[in-house]
Amino acid sequence: MMIDPLSVFILLLGAATPILFAALGELVAERAGVLNLGVEGMMITGALAGFAAAHASGSPALGFLAAAIAGAALSMTFAALTQFLLSNQVATGLALTLFGLGLTAMFGKPYEGMKAPAMMPGPLGLNWMIWLGIALVPLLWWFLARTRPGLILRAVGENHDAAHGLGYPVRRVRILAIGFGGALAGMGGAYISIATVLQWTEGMTAGAGWIALAIVVFAQWNPWGVLAGAWLFGGVTVLQLRLQAAGVAVPVQLLSMAPYLATIIVLVLISARQKFGRSGGAAAPASLGRPFHALK
Amino acid sequence: MFRLEPRASAPLAWQVATPILAVLATMIVGGGLFAAMGFDPLAAIRTIFWDPLFGPASGYSRPQLLVKAGPLILIACGLALGFRAGIWNIGAEGQYIIGAICGAAVALAAYPLDAFWIFPAMILAGAAGGWAWGMVPAVLRNWFGASEILVSLMLVYVAQRIAAWMAFGPMKNPEGFNFPGSRNLQQYDAAANPELIANSGLHWGGVAAVLALAATWFVMSRHVLGFHIRTAGAAPRAARFAGVRPERLVALCLGVSGALAGLAGLFEVAGPAGQITESFGSGYGFTAIIVAFLGRLHPLGILLAGLLMALTYIGGELAQMMLNLPAATVQVFQGMLLFFLLGFDILTRYRIRRRA
Repeated sequence: MMIDPLSVFILLLGAATPILFAALGELVAERAGVLNLGVEGMMITGALAGFAAAHASGSPALGFLAAAIAGAALSMTFAALTQFLLSNQVATGLALTLFGLGLTAMFGKPYEGMKAPAMMPGPLGLNWMIWLGIALVPLLWWFLARTRPGLILRAVGENHDAAHGLGYPVRRVRILAIGFGGALAGMGGAYISIATVLQWTEGMTAGAGWIALAIVVFAQWNPWGVLAGAWLFGGVTVLQLRLQAAGVAVPVQLLSMAPYLATIIVLVLISARQKFGRSGGAAAPASLGRPFHALK
Repeated sequence: MFRLEPRASAPLAWQVATPILAVLATMIVGGGLFAAMGFDPLAAIRTIFWDPLFGPASGYSRPQLLVKAGPLILIACGLALGFRAGIWNIGAEGQYIIGAICGAAVALAAYPLDAFWIFPAMILAGAAGGWAWGMVPAVLRNWFGASEILVSLMLVYVAQRIAAWMAFGPMKNPEGFNFPGSRNLQQYDAAANPELIANSGLHWGGVAAVLALAATWFVMSRHVLGFHIRTAGAAPRAARFAGVRPERLVALCLGVSGALAGLAGLFEVAGPAGQITESFGSGYGFTAIIVAFLGRLHPLGILLAGLLMALTYIGGELAQMMLNLPAATVQVFQGMLLFFLLGFDILTRYRIRRRA
């Protein structure tokens, strides 16, 4: 069996892109102290909205724009519930995922069987979304580590009471971070429908949103780590598909477990390193998942 | 403007009122959604919530209520224990599938033997399978600190693929003309989980659900374990001082909820579903999360919430047939209901005051 490394790497970049977008968005939300488990719901909503817009306009770019808007719009439900009504973030995120899956199953029916318009090829034969995803990594790193708004966002995520005491608008920062996370999750989902599968099918994100959540933990809340994690999963996915295509004597259903099992293994390894390792690694933002309620 | 004042304890009246408010709000907004889609909202709501019980075809649909509510309640009982303690098993769907596979494996291995022990052995295997699948996230959390949320969820996707593999491979019916799917256990008397009272919809899963409700009530309100669970959820540090060992609680909650989900799967595969197929998982494991929350993690609430959710399933199917409503309507309804529930919950935890 011949596997050309360059073509595998190109496939890997494509397979990694949806997870890269979604995980970068979730990373920003989590650095602001918000745990949004609704990534899967926002991705599938983006996948449908993006596909519908791309199909109607014939422009993939407009599709991705619509997906970002749809993802952000859906995330505002989560923002309203967790930031104003102080609901439990775990439960609300789950609700967002269940709602998104239901909503898209309901409105997606007419789009089944249609084809997506062709993506515009970018430099080196890779499409622009792959490049945008990779470019977001240093940009977000720079934003979080080197800019004042990034510092405020991190302060809100580490200690919302102190940030509030210093006069920073905790709630506004978090709502913006949630919206940004929703927009990127939507674009990641749209990449699956517009650029990978080229059509819409119900439930097509198949757990990518949950894998993105695991990648953020794997990355220890660092954008570069997210890139490494997304490529790792892209690699596992491509390898698994290659083995399927090569007709290895393992049932297809078992091969297709690989990305999920790899997620568990990676999660265990990184958690063990945090628990037992001497260096420890970066911990989660201290206020992650905690509701903020100013008593004044 | 308004300000929120934390309550010292949640008043019972609001605890009861908020789920009801959430259901009403879901009906109103859902009706609006139907109207926007060009359906008659009143007819749709009546078809979903009223007709399955009292409509012209209710003779067929009423027994379905227990068929659907049984697994939901069984799973939600286990989930409620964990949710109380802040242990998030959201992979009940996977434990449900694995329980069904393990139970079916016993039956298929024994086929065509006719012996009294086969069904009890299946029950044990189903519970053990679900327990084992639930213990994976528990062990990984206790040993390595891995998030039980993500691990239990990933295992759902793994379980779905195992079910598909079983249906196409090891469990494929040798007399099934090469179609995927196992033998139908309904046609194998020693393994079947039949309706116990004609036209009631009650099978052994419903009986197990009632037992689970009683056990949950006893543990949560009459046993020291329930006290530990509630303390661990409300104040983890205080619980540690009170002698609660968090690792044991994690193993217990995930193990028990896994076993109950596995049982639900077993009763389903031996009863209403009949066989392991590629798409055996039908979402009960996720809907049960909503049931647990809607029932406020309380046995009585879970009973009512389970029946209501079962009603939306049946009503949704009816609305699909009668009014041509999309099949996913129920999913949207359930998601919306959970949103409203979480939103209205603020009324139980805070007092809303005019800002002075």
